[in-house]
This record gives sequence, C-alpha cells and structure tokens, in this order.
Amino acid sequence: MIEANAVYVIVAREYKRFVREKTRLVSAVARPLVWLFLVGGGMSRLVPVKGGLSYMQFIFPGILGMTILFSSIFSSISIIWDKEFGFMKEILVAPISRFSVVVGKAMSGMLLSTIQAAIILAFFPLLGLKVGLLQIVGCLAVSAVLAFAIAAFGIVLATFYESYESFSVIMNFIVMPMFFLSGAMYPVKLMPSILRFFTRLNPLTYGVDALKHFIFPLETGAMSADFTLAADVTMIAASAVVFVLLGGKAFERKG
Amino acid sequence: MSMIRVENLVRKFGSITAVDGISFDVEERTIFGFLGPNGAGKTTTINILCTLLAPTSGKAYISGHDCHSESSEVRRAIGIVFQDSSLDKDLTARENLVFHAHLYGVQKSDRTRRVDDALRFVDLQGRADDLVKTFSGGMKRRLEVARGLIHRPKVLFLDEPTLGLDPQSRANLWEFITELPRRHEVTIFMTTHYMEEAEVCGRIAIIDKGRIIVSGSPQELKNAVGGDVVYLKTSDNGRAVEEIHSVFHMDAEEKDGEIFITTPRGDDFVPEIIRRIGERVLSVRMQKPTLNDVFLKLTGKEIRDETVSAGSDIKETVRAYRRRHDRG
Repeated sequence: MIEANAVYVIVAREYKRFVREKTRLVSAVARPLVWLFLVGGGMSRLVPVKGGLSYMQFIFPGILGMTILFSSIFSSISIIWDKEFGFMKEILVAPISRFSVVVGKAMSGMLLSTIQAAIILAFFPLLGLKVGLLQIVGCLAVSAVLAFAIAAFGIVLATFYESYESFSVIMNFIVMPMFFLSGAMYPVKLMPSILRFFTRLNPLTYGVDALKHFIFPLETGAMSADFTLAADVTMIAASAVVFVLLGGKAFERKG
Repeated sequence: MSMIRVENLVRKFGSITAVDGISFDVEERTIFGFLGPNGAGKTTTINILCTLLAPTSGKAYISGHDCHSESSEVRRAIGIVFQDSSLDKDLTARENLVFHAHLYGVQKSDRTRRVDDALRFVDLQGRADDLVKTFSGGMKRRLEVARGLIHRPKVLFLDEPTLGLDPQSRANLWEFITELPRRHEVTIFMTTHYMEEAEVCGRIAIIDKGRIIVSGSPQELKNAVGGDVVYLKTSDNGRAVEEIHSVFHMDAEEKDGEIFITTPRGDDFVPEIIRRIGERVLSVRMQKPTLNDVFLKLTGKEIRDETVSAGSDIKETVRAYRRRHDRG
C-alpha cells in the first residue's frame, strides 16, 4: 500500500534540503561540466572523428547519465545518513507503510536528478548539436524514469550498508564501474566482449543509450546508439519496477 | 481501562535476554515511570511497544491494540520522543512539525493551527523558522515533545527525556511534562535512570536485568524500604540507645558517633524523642528515603555504579546484534 501524503512529504523534505544546500547543487552541476569540457574537450583531439560527431558531442548523453547516476545514488544513500542521525526513526514509527518510504525516496531521487539533468541539458545548444523540442522532452522523460530506477537501486544498496563509511565503498566499487560500463565514455559496440557482457547487465547503459537516440538521432556510425529506443525504454522501465520492489522488500526486512 | 497492557513480555537478542518476562498495566492519563540502570531493558521494551521490534514471546497492547499484529492502529495512537534526537537538523522547527503532521495525515485545515499551538506550547514560537541545528539540547527536546503531540496521540513515550540536559533545562522539562496528562489528555510512559526524576510519576516500575523487581507509587516504594531514617547525636549515645529500645521498642544503632533509627513515621518520632531525652540531644536530622535507596535495597547495588558500564556493554551487544540480524 502506498500513502500519497507520506510520499509527498518525503519528496518535499528532500527537495527543501536540496535547494538549501547550495554547495551540493553547485558541485552536482560542476562535476558533469568538468567531465564534459575537460575530459571531452581533451579527448576530442585524440579520438579521430568517425561519422559526424566529435568526442565531446558523443559523451554528452553519457555525461547526462552520469549526472543522474550520481545524484540518484546520492539521494538514496541519504537513507544511511537518516539512520545515522536518527531521523529515520521518526519515519519508521509513523503509521505509513515501508513501501511508501521507498517510493518516496525513489521519487525524491527522480525529482532532484531530473532538475540537475535539465540544468546540464541547457548546455545542449553550446555543443553544436541540433536541438528540437521533442528532443528536450524526450531527454527529460528518459532522465526521470532512469533516475527513478537508479534511486531505487540506491535504496537496495543503502539497506545493506549501515554506516557512512560504506559510502566510499559504494562509490568506488559500484558507482564508478557502473559509469564506465554504461557506454557513456565509449560505444558499447567497440568494447571487448567480456566488458560488453557487464554493460548489458547495467541499467544505466539503456538510459544512456536512450539519451543517445534523442541527442543525436541521425547518427549512424560507430558512435550511434547501440540498441533500439524501444528496447532501451523497456529495460529502464523494467529495472525501475524490479528495483523499487526489491528496495521495498529489503527495507521491510532491514529498515 | 488500561491504556497500556504488557503480559509476560520476552525479547532475546541471540544469547542475551534483554527483556525477561515482564508484565504491567498503565492507567489512562497517568504518568508511568520505567526505571532502571542502563541496559536494564527499558529501551527494548519501548521499542516493542512502539512496534519497532517484535517480542520473542508475550503480548503488548496499546489502547487495546496488539503492538505486533495491529501495528498501524498502535502507531496512530502513540507519539515518541526517542533517547537520541530524531529531528531533521537541516530543517526549521516549523518544517519538522509540518513534516510530522503530513506523515500522520493531519488535515490541511488543522495543520497550521496545530503546528502553531505546539510551538507556542513549548515556547519556541520565536525560533519557529530557525534551523534546528542552531538549537540547544533543551530546545530540541522540547520541540520533539511538541512534535510527538501534533497528531493527538493517546500515549506519549519519553525515553530518557532529560539525558544530556543541564539541570535548569531538566527542571523546566519536568515541569512541562507533568502538565501533559491534564492539558493534552495523554498517558505518559517514560524511562529514566535518574531516580530522583521519577518522583513526578503516579506509578513506577523498577527494572533490572530485564525483570521488573518492584512496582507501585513512589511513596509506596519508599515506605517499603522502611521509611525515614532519623540521626541523633547525644551527650551519652549508649544510654540513649538503651532508652530507645526500652521506651520506644525500636531498633537503634550507633555508628560514627551518631545513632540512627529507621521508622516509617519520622515526622512523629522526632518530637517524641525530643520530649523524652531532649536535654541530652546535641543534634538531630532526618533523611527521607529516595528511590535510590529503594533500588539499593532491592538489588544490593547502587543504580549508577558499576551497573552503568555493565549496562553499556549489554547495549553495545544488542546494537551489534541488531545490525547483523533483522530489525523486526
């Protein structure tokens, strides 16, 4: 059972904390821009242009995916903070179901990540790519569903880790590999087969791929999207459902 | 009708039995004190009553609802102030209360008024829009009590409400807590290991090593230890002891140049002894028993001596156990 009042107020709280914490907002927007312009800019000179795309243009969907990955995981990992600082108890003794808490947390991640993705999307025209309204709407819609799926995945992680020391473990052994194995930095079709195998298991891959469909829809070469848009959307939506149910189960047991 | 009813409650954590077959009843709109040293099982009992923990065996009811199988009814009926603060320190006082009101489904029409009333009640209306992280310990605790009352619970749990507060804030908080049953029609269940603070309770139960060793009103318990102790210094202690034996038929003992007499009615005894041997009395003083004496008499140990560190060990073990196993 999901209580709307609980979901609403959990999301409202996260939003309030987010807009109040200016440094978090600044660093959340700065990180992808550093990657885009410093890594992307540098690599553009090194990577020979195949087809019509520069490397900087190619990694733009990946950078959007990175923004969503980091902010969604960070949002869900706040469950560990809430436990550590006691606020989780206030939520756990309230007359609401555990599943509402999980949905509320996942929707918080969705909202905050989509806001950040929208800010990064403002750099879309600066990259010399053709932009249309449909593309913007498509990117935001994909971002929202992807963010929900990843935030729900983050909740599953958060229920297994008890203290914030585990935060760096999650970042180094889960989040960074997820980013590099998502087709964000290099096309999946050019990867060695063993890496390609892991990439296919990664929900972020399908999110980044769907964003590629919307950001450079006309690209056909090596740097084009690797899967069909329908496959991407199905995979993201399916992982959103799977992770939110898993998160609910895990939270019910351990919360 | 009993507001809280506990029957043979047991909770084990691995090999440790934190709560070992306790039973008690709490009447509506009274203050019930649950006393004992650290690690005696107080917080475990509260966690079971608050539906956060399942009992290993036994039953607990609040307002007639089973704390384990009817957890949502129970949750609606209770408010809790935990031992460690559970406020969001990055939100303002008002935002914390509004969050709570939403969580408990308080209707929009009531929300603002209840939040304002609560802030006024705990005298925080001037700081309503300041972040909680700027508050003192006493202010945070008051805000938590206010938050616990927003949804009009039938029972308010206070787990060591004065822990870590300075004496001034403690006194203020007690004054305020004693008002609650009358002003908010609420039953209070509180734990403390400060015996002197339990004086405000209508009834108390003393718990040690997971078992209730005695319960009753503070006065009853103090009477049970034998009552007041009168200390006398006289010009001839030996003779005075003789006279007390023969005239008053009471036990008197001499220790460190003082005679001490235990009597249930010290107030009456002092004038009598003065009338009898007044010219030889050099000094007289009387000590009323404290709940500390009660605990000492029943367990043979001071509540705050080595029991504290032993209790802390149990606490750590229980925490570690819960970290490894399920929370339910």
